[in-house]
Amino acid sequence: MKITLNVWRQSSPQAAGAFVKYDVDGVSADMSMLEMLDVLNDRLESKGEAPIAFDHDCREGICGSCGFMINGVAHGPEKEITVCQTHMRSFKDGDELTLEPWRAMAFPVMRDLMVDRSAFDRIIQAGGYVSVRTGSAPEANATPVMKEHADMAFEAAACIGCGACVAACPNAAAMLFTSAKVSHLGLLPQGAPERDKRALDMVAQMDKEGFGHCTNHGECEAVCPKGISVNFIARMNRDLLKATLRSTR
Amino acid sequence: MTLDGKCPSGPIETAWDTHRFNMKLVNPANRRKYNVLVVGTGLAGAACAATLGELGFNVQAFCYQDSARRAHSIAAQGGINAAKNYQNDGDSVHRLFYDTVKGGDYRSREANVHRLAQISVNIIDQAVAQGVPFAREYGGLLDNRSFGGAQVARTFYARGQTGQQLLLGAYSALSRQVHAGTVKLHTRTEMLDLVVIDGRARGIITRNLATGALESWIGDAVVLATGGYGNVFFLSTNAMGCNVTATYKAYKKGALFANPCYTQIHPTCIPVSGGYQSKLTLMSESLRNDGRVWVPKSAADATKDPSTLPEDQRDYYLERRYPSFGNLVPRDVASRNAKTVCDEGRGVGHEVDGQRRAVYLDFRDAIQRVGKSTIEARYGNLFHMYTKITGENPYESPMRIYPAIHYTMGGLWVDYNLMSNIEGLFVLGEANFSDHGANRLGASALMQGLADGYFVAPPTISDYLARVGWGSKITAEHEGFKAALGETNDRIQKLLNIKGKRPVDSFHRELGNVMWDKCGMSRTKEGLEEALKRIPEIRAEFWENVNVPGENKGVNQSLERAGRVADFLEFGELMCLDALERAESCGGHFREESQTEDGEALRDDVNFCHTAAWEFKGVETAPTLHKEALTFEHVKLTQRSYK
Repeated sequence: MKITLNVWRQSSPQAAGAFVKYDVDGVSADMSMLEMLDVLNDRLESKGEAPIAFDHDCREGICGSCGFMINGVAHGPEKEITVCQTHMRSFKDGDELTLEPWRAMAFPVMRDLMVDRSAFDRIIQAGGYVSVRTGSAPEANATPVMKEHADMAFEAAACIGCGACVAACPNAAAMLFTSAKVSHLGLLPQGAPERDKRALDMVAQMDKEGFGHCTNHGECEAVCPKGISVNFIARMNRDLLKATLRSTR
Repeated sequence: MTLDGKCPSGPIETAWDTHRFNMKLVNPANRRKYNVLVVGTGLAGAACAATLGELGFNVQAFCYQDSARRAHSIAAQGGINAAKNYQNDGDSVHRLFYDTVKGGDYRSREANVHRLAQISVNIIDQAVAQGVPFAREYGGLLDNRSFGGAQVARTFYARGQTGQQLLLGAYSALSRQVHAGTVKLHTRTEMLDLVVIDGRARGIITRNLATGALESWIGDAVVLATGGYGNVFFLSTNAMGCNVTATYKAYKKGALFANPCYTQIHPTCIPVSGGYQSKLTLMSESLRNDGRVWVPKSAADATKDPSTLPEDQRDYYLERRYPSFGNLVPRDVASRNAKTVCDEGRGVGHEVDGQRRAVYLDFRDAIQRVGKSTIEARYGNLFHMYTKITGENPYESPMRIYPAIHYTMGGLWVDYNLMSNIEGLFVLGEANFSDHGANRLGASALMQGLADGYFVAPPTISDYLARVGWGSKITAEHEGFKAALGETNDRIQKLLNIKGKRPVDSFHRELGNVMWDKCGMSRTKEGLEEALKRIPEIRAEFWENVNVPGENKGVNQSLERAGRVADFLEFGELMCLDALERAESCGGHFREESQTEDGEALRDDVNFCHTAAWEFKGVETAPTLHKEALTFEHVKLTQRSYK
């Protein structure tokens, strides 16, 4: 196949970026999107040109490193999949694809398709944990957990922190990401004592980072590679309301 | 140099408790005066950094990824072993210990393995308390499954994402300490050298992957939790960024590298589809519970539609050769047999570089027996993943699978305290060599990473710090730091100035092909000698003809890869040398010269019941071999048999 790419090239955070066109021939349907970029990058490197920078690591759709927009859709056209698992058989010979980085004020572009998502780490640092020291844990089976709750907690915990939800949201909100962690821990008895504080602190940090607010578009769920439900946002809103009313701050 | 494993004397059951009591403690008020550098934030690194932070030490943690949550521990699917005996099926600490020593083909230290089995139960408690959503039964208690041929159900799991959930647990503990201010986290930061002063590890040199800045970090102890070296093969199930640089640089500074030839090959991965392939994807080996492995009897049938091949034209070679274990033989046996039938020209699937390297894993009979819906319930997510990657439907045509490099048991040599032969250099998780011998059992990697990080290293590091005291006057102006910084900078400039004709990856692929051919699933003296001749040639061409565009400013991913490949090009030689020296077969290391009459791995306990630890003597000079004898007092040495 021959694919034409319009790739956002930006040499540094301060530099002005622009789309650059590349024709890539000899693309196999069995290649992943990132392998196609590897092939292009090898060609660029051989000519001494700077390869296209993009974050990636496991290439199994679990580490959450990769992600960019393909023709305006976060992680591209396939459902519940990251760009590293998107294969070129999703496209056809002669297709023209526009690749651009996540666009959000809280995710500044570092280079080309690579953005700085450290705001997500700071949201977790604000309260996305159970305060338990190593060694102070009780016997694991001492606290039974309703299977339905454990399963729902797992659904929320499956978030890979890729940032697609923010990129897809017209408001660049981080509600799906934040609510997934608030719900995961809030659903478990181990996370119950800090449930109020966690919701308040994580949402406050989210606002501080410059993410927008949720206006119920549902774009986040549509692009989430792990299929995390917007119901968790509703759940976090309830937690936040209750926590605000009960708060002694 | 005599290698002292420093294993405590006395009964093995109480050795760790006794040892812990004998270790020195640091007064809580003094802990903040110590700086500990932790490199890597996977299970072992994140757990260790978080725990040291909780204790009150000053911790600096480093990872090359953009977040501490992304280390490759995250990709582990199957589960984590623990001797809880929740299933009442006869498990115990001693049985997990026994299985691990035997599974490692008697090439690990008994004392270390026993401690691992003991600690396994605490890990589950800790993870559950952190909110790790393990699978549960309807009564609300934790569920277990049997894994990797174990006769007891001791594996805890969170669907097929156990590694992810455990890593996020460790990451949350780490994040809590970052918030508390005890841990400073440096993401997108890669360690490029170790600084050793007066025989003690005193710091590291890092490169900031966002800006290119080189920095010196001073510590009272250095912890390497930097994972394995499977990417020396280029194609592996490791993440693209996994590399040997941190441990290899420590080796070049005097740390011994132990058993580098011990690598584990996973039998059920999705085969290579073309020369552009960047990595291999693992399919859980639970698939072998219901799938039947076969190839056509005749090479002429390799390209035919498998569903048209009648029963008598199929060779179910595992069932034929191993009637009692059949398709469930251990990983190394299943892998080698796949290679053998493909070498005979009976491989199937795409032809890559003139060879078909895949075998069928067929669910036709299982679907007929239990129905499609049952198979879907058992393996739906794996079938889905297979379809996404290959575009084929495994409910209708058999899967194609082939072995791939998956885990490396070798690593830096450490004593019972997980300290290398360099004072103050601790090595944790896959980066060390200590617990899995020549072969790791399924669901044991997560167990070891977390055991090292949460429970073993924090007290042994405290003991070390208490003994050396604080208040050292070393600064970044010390000659040791200035020299390491200068060398690191020179090497980067050298890479950037070559401006040759070949891209970095082309050298990595070339090295990988040599390693896979000569130092992969089966190894011979001739093949290894060939590799030892070939690798220096590739390395020489690399330093003359690689093209690393750009400069050392801002993001330069070519430069990052070039540095890692340069180290693999030296390290590959060490692996081949170790494989050549170990003329026996054991675990994942199969030497064709050392096999039983019916083609099984044959250990040589008279000559090779030892750990081989290598000392660096120069890039073009042969390293020196040191041996640590292994003694087995609790588990009797036997030959594995799966007939």
